[in-house]
Amino acid sequence: MISIAPVRKQVTVAASQQQAFALFTEGMSRWWPATHSTLKSPLKQYVVEPRVGGRWYAVAEDGSTGQTGYVIEWQPPQRLVLAWQLSADWQFDQELVTEVDIRFIAESDRSTRVELEHRNLQRMGERAAQIRGMVDAPGGWTAVLESFKKCATA
Amino acid sequence: MAYQAAFLALADPTRRQVFEQLRQGPKAVGVIAAQMPVSRPAVSQHLGVLKKAGLVADRAEGTRRVYYIDPQGLASIRIWLDQFWDDALTAFKAELDKEGSGK
Repeated sequence: MISIAPVRKQVTVAASQQQAFALFTEGMSRWWPATHSTLKSPLKQYVVEPRVGGRWYAVAEDGSTGQTGYVIEWQPPQRLVLAWQLSADWQFDQELVTEVDIRFIAESDRSTRVELEHRNLQRMGERAAQIRGMVDAPGGWTAVLESFKKCATA
Repeated sequence: MAYQAAFLALADPTRRQVFEQLRQGPKAVGVIAAQMPVSRPAVSQHLGVLKKAGLVADRAEGTRRVYYIDPQGLASIRIWLDQFWDDALTAFKAELDKEGSGK
């Protein structure tokens, strides 16, 4: 199989584990790069519903929403795993799941190391292939063309 | 963006097989075609698309042309996300610093 190495990042922040976890989740709107949004209107809020299975979505100023994924693991204040379900062409895709695993490691009362891993990136490619496969499958364009051929030769 | 071209190129199952074959090392068109139920011109065509998408590169080896995986191509989505998470975590840290200094 084609695989892509996970993206791994880490940053040490001058905050407690609780503060870091809270800003990452409840406070996501305050730091999420506004340029990276699937919405047409400017980003107003980024929401991570605080429970396993909770939705992870963006709210635009015009009230429209765009889902990014959902919460896979919710272990405040140590760990958070989010499903990133945006495809390579930046669309939400229910069938696609890549994982963003974030760990908050307390180094002291006022220092926390945040380790982030975004993995299974090759699934974006596999999913693109699946979508293409559907078009090629019987019932897709093939069936339409077969039907056309029958009519044309009748 | 580059990674979109890469994924689009790999969306075709036959083309993906051609690409997978190169994971074992550089190969000539004829060698790839011999392993697959498609013609040599078809393999050439697939290699052309993969090359255009930046997934494979080629070089002359004697009288034949050898194709190999371009290490830069498949990584394009990764490079993009890598940059994205850098930006995101930098902003995250900046926001926490701001919070801390405000107290």
